[in-house]
Amino acid sequence: MKREVTITVNGVTHTRTVEPRLLLVHFLRDELGLTGTNIGCDSSQCGACTVHLDGQAVKSCTVLAVQADGCRVTTIEGLANGKLHPLQQAFWEKHGLQCGFCTPGMIMASADLLSRNPNPTEEEIRRGLEGNLCRCTGYQNIVAAVQAAAEMMKK
Amino acid sequence: MFAANFDYYRPATVAEAVQLLSTKENAKILAGGHSLIPAMKYRLAQPSALIDIGRIPELSGIRVEGGKLRIGAMTTHAAIAASADVKAHCPLLAEAADKIGDQMVRNRGTIGGAIVHADPAADYPPNLLALGGSVTAVGPNGSRTIDFAGFWTDLFTTALAPNEIVTEVTVNGYGKGTGGAYADLQHPASGYIVVGASAVVTVANGVCSKVSLVIGGATPNPVRASAAEAALTGKAPTAENIAAAAALAANGISNPIGDSFASGDYRVHLAKVLAKRALTQAAARAQ
Ligand SMILES: Cc1cc2nc3c(=O)[nH]c(=O)nc-3n(C[C@H](O)[C@H](O)[C@H](O)COP(=O)(O)OP(=O)(O)OC[C@H]3O[C@@H](n4cnc5c(N)ncnc54)[C@H](O)[C@@H]3O)c2cc1C
Ligand code: FES
Ligand code: FES
Repeated sequence: MKREVTITVNGVTHTRTVEPRLLLVHFLRDELGLTGTNIGCDSSQCGACTVHLDGQAVKSCTVLAVQADGCRVTTIEGLANGKLHPLQQAFWEKHGLQCGFCTPGMIMASADLLSRNPNPTEEEIRRGLEGNLCRCTGYQNIVAAVQAAAEMMKK
Repeated sequence: MFAANFDYYRPATVAEAVQLLSTKENAKILAGGHSLIPAMKYRLAQPSALIDIGRIPELSGIRVEGGKLRIGAMTTHAAIAASADVKAHCPLLAEAADKIGDQMVRNRGTIGGAIVHADPAADYPPNLLALGGSVTAVGPNGSRTIDFAGFWTDLFTTALAPNEIVTEVTVNGYGKGTGGAYADLQHPASGYIVVGASAVVTVANGVCSKVSLVIGGATPNPVRASAAEAALTGKAPTAENIAAAAALAANGISNPIGDSFASGDYRVHLAKVLAKRALTQAAARAQ
């Protein structure tokens, strides 16, 4: 039994007929071609698939597309607004990535964190990103990037 | 990974959800999906129909009534952790909610789903049992109340009938003179608890007038540490008295869970260590 869903992704409204088992991450990647959102695990642990659903960070591998029907989704592709988002700028400047696979999820989770806590301590950043795994950086420069972005966003 | 196929329903009311649950073959409720969807991806669960209760407005929200918190089943862990009402009337519950998984998990996972899933390593059950309260369930024959003490019945099993839906969780709040604390050891990879101890202690005139202590993670369902509670009740919350009580914290534990990470004996040991920490902090917060 397929269902019709209408989801507004990065400001554009899309209607598709999908199987209920289709995950939001596959809707984004396979139906819409938005491949910035990655899939890094099968166990809802890595956070590479993090997007915003009605403004909150979620793991899009653990949300069905039918659950997002009628909702707003923001992916990494929708974050820049003419110029790079401060988090994107800061990840670049602080070298907060190596292979870059975890980066879209890291940035989307960090954006959620900074929206709730514009002035996080290092400890709060590490805790805020505990649902995002990085196999390259050792997290040091990721934390530095989020701190730098928080500074930029105050200005 | 893909789940097996299923039919999807999104009822607008509890009555409609109960009706669907009673009539659709092999149907399951879908709440936040953060236990069910992973299980379906692994094909550990293959329901033929999912009934999504995520759009039933009356199932979300937190009210304070007569010193109790009434929390809709679909209220997320994040909403509970951030709620000013929960922080004011039952800070222990806000702390427990904030420990669950990570921010993204807390943004989707719900209290109703977590208590029905009844994972032995879940954070709410020991804390809810220590605080006291009940679950409201609605089925084809109306609504009933199930005390937390009788709600968890076995590994991943509750007293809920197959055609019942949890609509609300009622939790006793506490105020001045009472403190609550949760001490846990988390599995380094999954973040779930290996063992957790939840304590709620009331101190009046320098003695512990009421002590509630529950151990989670060591057994399929959380167990009340009655011997430890009795040992501390009526005594001053001194380090010696707390240590003596905590030494009895594993008395109610038989056949502890053991796995490659933590043996049963280790969990029994942890129960006592964590009970001491939780009682110490709860008593300090009570004063
Ligand atoms: C990466 C990760 C880490 C996690 N870490 C922790 C942790 O540290 N501590 C912890 O406690 N939990 C943890 N969880 C589990 C999380 O708390 C889940 O949210 C919770 O177990 C299930 O809630 P849900 O709303 O997602 O329910 P779902 O997954 O939608 O449902 C779970 C089960 O309950 C049933 N159900 C749901 N709601 C109702 C209802 N109202 N009435 C009747 N039946 C219902 C469903 O049919 C299903 O069988 C983690 C999950 C993930 C993915
Ligand atoms: S792909 Fe790993 S959490 Fe979603
Ligand atoms: S930069 Fe490679 S996984 Fe994080």
